[in-house]
Amino acid sequence: MAESRADHDHATRRLWPALALPGTVWLIALFLVPFYAVMAVAFSGNINIFGEPIPAWNPLDWQFATFGQVVSDSLSGPFREAWSRTGLYTLAALVICVGVGYPVAYYTARLAGKRRGLILALILAPWWINYITRMLAWVNLLQDDGYVNKALGIFGIAPVSWLAGNSFTVVMALAYGYLPFFIIPLFSSLDRIDQRLLEASRDLGVGSVRTFFHVTLPLSKMGLTTALVITALPLAGDYYTNTIVSGSPDTTMIGNQIELYLLQGPQKNLGAALVLLLSLVLMFFMAYYLVMTQRASRDAR
Amino acid sequence: MTLTEVERKAGAVPVRSRTVPPWRNPWRRPYVLATITWAYILWSLLPVVIAVQFSFNDGRSRSVWQGFSTQWYCCAEGSIGEDPSLLLSLKNSLILGSATVLVATPLGVMLAMGLTRWRSRTSSVANGIALVPLVTPEIVVGSALYLVFVNLYQLIPLGRPAMLLGHVTFSVSYVLVIVRSRLHSIGPDYEEAARDLGASPMRAIRTILIPLLMPSVFASAMIVFATSLDDFVVSQFLFGDASNITVPIKLYNAVRASPTPALNALATILLVASFLAVLLAYVGLRTRKRGGRSALEDIADYG
Repeated sequence: MAESRADHDHATRRLWPALALPGTVWLIALFLVPFYAVMAVAFSGNINIFGEPIPAWNPLDWQFATFGQVVSDSLSGPFREAWSRTGLYTLAALVICVGVGYPVAYYTARLAGKRRGLILALILAPWWINYITRMLAWVNLLQDDGYVNKALGIFGIAPVSWLAGNSFTVVMALAYGYLPFFIIPLFSSLDRIDQRLLEASRDLGVGSVRTFFHVTLPLSKMGLTTALVITALPLAGDYYTNTIVSGSPDTTMIGNQIELYLLQGPQKNLGAALVLLLSLVLMFFMAYYLVMTQRASRDAR
Repeated sequence: MTLTEVERKAGAVPVRSRTVPPWRNPWRRPYVLATITWAYILWSLLPVVIAVQFSFNDGRSRSVWQGFSTQWYCCAEGSIGEDPSLLLSLKNSLILGSATVLVATPLGVMLAMGLTRWRSRTSSVANGIALVPLVTPEIVVGSALYLVFVNLYQLIPLGRPAMLLGHVTFSVSYVLVIVRSRLHSIGPDYEEAARDLGASPMRAIRTILIPLLMPSVFASAMIVFATSLDDFVVSQFLFGDASNITVPIKLYNAVRASPTPALNALATILLVASFLAVLLAYVGLRTRKRGGRSALEDIADYG
C-alpha cells in the first residue's frame, strides 16, 4: 500500500508540471518576450534605412537617449498635454463611474429582490455587446440631425456638434463604455456583505445613512478599489473611443499617440517608449491592487 | 396574512409613519436607487436597441426612420450580402473566433489542471504570470505583440497567423480562471480515489476529471469565442493588410467614413453571434447547479 502511494506521487509529480508546460511556454513566448521586445525597441540606438529603429536585443547595447527624450517631452513638451488629458479624462470618467455605478451595484446586490436576476442580466448585457458597436450606436444618436439634438430642440436648445472634438462627449463616451466593467466587481463585493451586520447596525439604532458610511462602505472598500483599478487600467490606454467620437487633436490621449507612432509612422521607438512609460505608470496601480488583494486574502485566513 | 396586513389592520402603519419620518424608516422602498438603476439600464442599452432598429431602416439614413426593411442585410446595393468587404470581415471574424477556441481551450484547460494540482514555488510563479494578461491594458498587449512579430518572430507574418496567436494569448487566461474555479470546487478527492483503485494518472484525468470539468470547459470555449469576436485592439495591431480585417475593425474604419445602415446590420449580426455564444455558456454553467448561487452570478464573478 505504502509503495503504491509512493508510485502514485511519483507519477503525479511529473504529470502536473507536464500539463502546465505548454501553456506556460506559450505565455512566456507571447507575453513576456513581447514585453521585452518593447524594451528592445524603446532602448534601441540605431535606425535602418527606412528610419525604423533596429531593436537592441542585448541589454548591454541599450541606449537611453530616446527614452530620456520621451520622458522629458512628457514632463514639459509635446506629450505633456496628451498625458494630462489622459489623467483628467480617466479621473472624470471614474468619478462618473462611482457616482452612477455604486448606486446601481448596491441596489442590484442588496435591494433588487425578485427582479435581481433580470437586472443582473441587463447589467451584464453590455459586456457582450461589442465596444465599437456601443460607440457606433452613440455616433448615430449624436449626429447633427440625430435624436439627441432633436430631443434638445424640443426644449428650444440649439443643436450641439457633439462629434467634432468635444471633451465632454469623450468623457461621457468613456464612462458609458467602461461602466459595465466597473459595476460587476463592485456588485460581487457588495453581494458578499453579511446582511446580519447591516441589521445589527439598524437594531442598534443607527440610521441608514450612517450605516452606509460606517458599515457598508468600509466593507466594500476592497471591491471599490478592484473596480476602480480594473476600470482605470484600460481607460488610461484607450484610443479608439476618442477616435470614434472625436477624432480631433484637441482631445488626443496618450493611447492615440502610441497608436500613431507604432502603426502610422517609422518612429516606432517613440511609440515603444510611450508604451513603456504608460506601463510604468499603470504598474504602480497594478502593484497597489495586487498588494491589497494579497493582504485581504491573508486577513481572510 | 402578511405582517404588513396585520399592521395595517391594527392601524400600526399610520402610527409609525407619524413618529418616524420616511427618510428615517429603514424599511421604506428604495425608490431613488431603483430609479437610478433603471435609468442606467435604459441609458446603457437604449442606444444599442436604436442602432439595431436602424439596421432595418428602409432608407440610407441612420438618424431618420423611414420604415421597416431587411434590404441592408440583403440585397440592396452596399448591403452585407452585396458588399464583399463586409462579407469578408464577417468570414474572417468567424474563422478567427473558431480557431482561437480550438487552440486556447485545450491549452487553458491543461494549464488550469497543472497549476491547480501541482503545488510548488514554480507553479505559483507561473500562476501569477498567467493572470497578468487579465489586468494588462489591451494597448500594451497589442503593441508588445506587434513589435515582437515585426522584429523577432518574423517567420509568423502579420495577418491571420499573428492574430490567432494574439487572441489565444489573452484567451488562455479566461479559460484558466473559469476552469480553475471548477477544479477548486470539485477538489482532488475523485481523481485520488480513481488512482487508489488502480487507474493510471492519464486514465484518472480522462475518465474522472475531464467529464467533471466538461460544463466549465464548454462555458469557457463559448466565452473565448465571444471575446475573440469582440476583440478590437489586438486585432487592429496585428491584422496586417485589408484582406484580414475583422468585423470590429471594419466598424471602426467605417463609422466616421461611409455611414449606411449596412454597418448597423453588420454590428447586429456580431451582437447576435456573441449573445448566442454567451447564452450557451450560461446554459453550460447552469447544468451543474443545484440551488445555491446562479450561473449569472458566477459569470459576474469572473469579471
